[in-house]
Amino acid sequence: MSGGPHAPEPDDFDHVTVRDVSRTFGRRRALARVSLDCRAGEILAVLGPNGAGKSTLLGILATLMRPTDGEIRYGARTAAEAGDGLRGRIGVLGHDLFLYGELTARENLRFFGRLYGVGDLDGTVDAALTAARLSDRADDRAGAFSRGLRQRLALERALLHAPRLVLLDEPFTGLDDDSAAHLSARLRDLRRRGAIVVMATHDFETADAVVDRAVCLDNGRVRDVAAGPGPLRERYRHALREARA
Amino acid sequence: MMNRLVPVLLIAAAIVFGYAPFLIRDSPAEDTMGVVFKIFYFHVSSALTMMLSAIVCAVASAAYLRRRSRTADHLALAAAELAVVFGAIVLITGPLWARKSWGFWWVWDARVTSTLVMWMMFSSYLLLRKYAGVGSETLSAAVGVFAGVMSPLVYKSVDIWRTQHPTTNVLPSLPPGMRGVWLWCLVGFLMLYVALMALRTRLAASQAALDDLHLALED
Amino acid sequence: MTRTLQAAWTIARKDLRIEARSRELVYTTLFFAVACLLVFAFAFVRERPIDNAAAGILWVALAFSGTLALGRTFERERQGETLRALLLAPVERGAVYLGKLIALLLLMAAVELIVVPIVGLLFSAPLLRAPALLAGLLALGTIGFAAIGTLFAAMLVRASSRDVLLPILLYPMTAPLLIAGVQGTAAIFADEPNLALAENWLAMLLFFDAVVVTVALWVFGAVMTE
Repeated sequence: MSGGPHAPEPDDFDHVTVRDVSRTFGRRRALARVSLDCRAGEILAVLGPNGAGKSTLLGILATLMRPTDGEIRYGARTAAEAGDGLRGRIGVLGHDLFLYGELTARENLRFFGRLYGVGDLDGTVDAALTAARLSDRADDRAGAFSRGLRQRLALERALLHAPRLVLLDEPFTGLDDDSAAHLSARLRDLRRRGAIVVMATHDFETADAVVDRAVCLDNGRVRDVAAGPGPLRERYRHALREARA
Repeated sequence: MMNRLVPVLLIAAAIVFGYAPFLIRDSPAEDTMGVVFKIFYFHVSSALTMMLSAIVCAVASAAYLRRRSRTADHLALAAAELAVVFGAIVLITGPLWARKSWGFWWVWDARVTSTLVMWMMFSSYLLLRKYAGVGSETLSAAVGVFAGVMSPLVYKSVDIWRTQHPTTNVLPSLPPGMRGVWLWCLVGFLMLYVALMALRTRLAASQAALDDLHLALED
Repeated sequence: MTRTLQAAWTIARKDLRIEARSRELVYTTLFFAVACLLVFAFAFVRERPIDNAAAGILWVALAFSGTLALGRTFERERQGETLRALLLAPVERGAVYLGKLIALLLLMAAVELIVVPIVGLLFSAPLLRAPALLAGLLALGTIGFAAIGTLFAAMLVRASSRDVLLPILLYPMTAPLLIAGVQGTAAIFADEPNLALAENWLAMLLFFDAVVVTVALWVFGAVMTE
């Protein structure tokens, strides 16, 4: 009953191309002709004010939403061409964490592990619990955890099937220094293993230490944030000023 | 093309409806029900128009689910609204006729009941559209498809249900003298329907275009 | 195909596990159904229950409590946005639909096991006259109702006014199923029972269910992508 082995290689990809993606909700334009590229082994930060379209972009990258215009290619193929298996290569840490409060940490991981067809379910779940430093609380209900603990569990849930594309929506929210450092270490580890990490965040200082590249979304429009010296916050503000000028 | 056709259709429909009362007055009176029967011409035409609209809505909804085309969505919405309008006409003229013919307002036979259920299905479509918030086009398309699929099933089940309790209220078959008049009225209704569909779809398209302009203005 | 069914069963088992912990849904749905029966008793009992009230009362109580159960099983998936997590899984969207459907059917089966005898008791309905036929009608009627209900409840998860929109959409749409269920049951309970007619209704329900589940599966994937 533990499903099959990992998703077969044909579903894998090593870069994601976003071309002129727009998304409107009636009169509200959430994204306006957004284009960007991300490669394996890279951590990309998506910065921007509230309501700028960050969550919408992540939702479309996750294939939960369709763009009104434009296309996204995972490697050579769009989501429609790739089919259901593509989702096996994508891991999402949403703002609302995607955990069942009534299930224990272990049960949450086992459930999603089964759905994703993770091989060696017990071994993988144990490793995930260790990575989240939750082994001693594995059989406690997830609903009883503090926000920080739930976040750690949610992250491991998202990474359980070793996805290629990792999407994180405000992952540093409400984390104490310890947990934030742990998350940063995890992200660096992902980069080393060749994942594509796209992270929407407000936390400039923590992100600065870990991201390779940043773009900023303002009113649905995307703009590169210059690499190079100076703190991320300054470079972001600069990009925002340029965009609005 | 549709835009130029609309005034033509409306004028033609006006002519048809204008002349209809005279045709109806001169048509033969039905044996058992007399004059009251003559509401039949409008009642049945409305019912057929409603059913046509239901089919259009269901097909347009299915098309929208496959292709997410705006036109399909506008068509589905317009068809749902007109199904409710013509359904209302049926549900009002029906009891008026029943009251005069048989003495009571409502009868639970297959046709009346399934018309009521269909009317409610498309009303729920409109309520969903209006109150569900963002993304209601997709949700209502699902309702449209189901309304189309379930309607024949509703008719069948009510039909079998009610034939267990046969009533004396049987709809008479149409004597020849009346067929011509009925077709005349039906044609009038269909022309009116097509014109209204064109107008309503155009309205929806204009609203969408307005939204687009709104967005373009922000650029 | 097997993968889809396996995934559906995994999802259903998850729901059952959660339900087994709190038993919230099954207790509250059950008591709501009984509360309905009580209200109907006030409405329809004279010295004895009105002829054949039992069939109608049973099905209305199940429809009402089923609608509530549908709403609440998807309300659970709203917290933590877990419905999205399910839709992110690399399985056919239909697996999510089937999983939730199976879990709901098992819940309703548990509720019906208790409510039906109570109806028999309160309204003097002859439950044992044709038990297999009665069970068949209940099973197929519930399947059809839940099949449409699961689709609508899922699509309303992120909509406004979802509490009231669910019954508004559901009751007209499930009319054929309710009619068949009530009439079939009434044919069994009647003073002069007509089992052949009840069997007819059973066959109709089977046909309706096939249509409804097929269409729902087809529509589900399209509707759940925003």
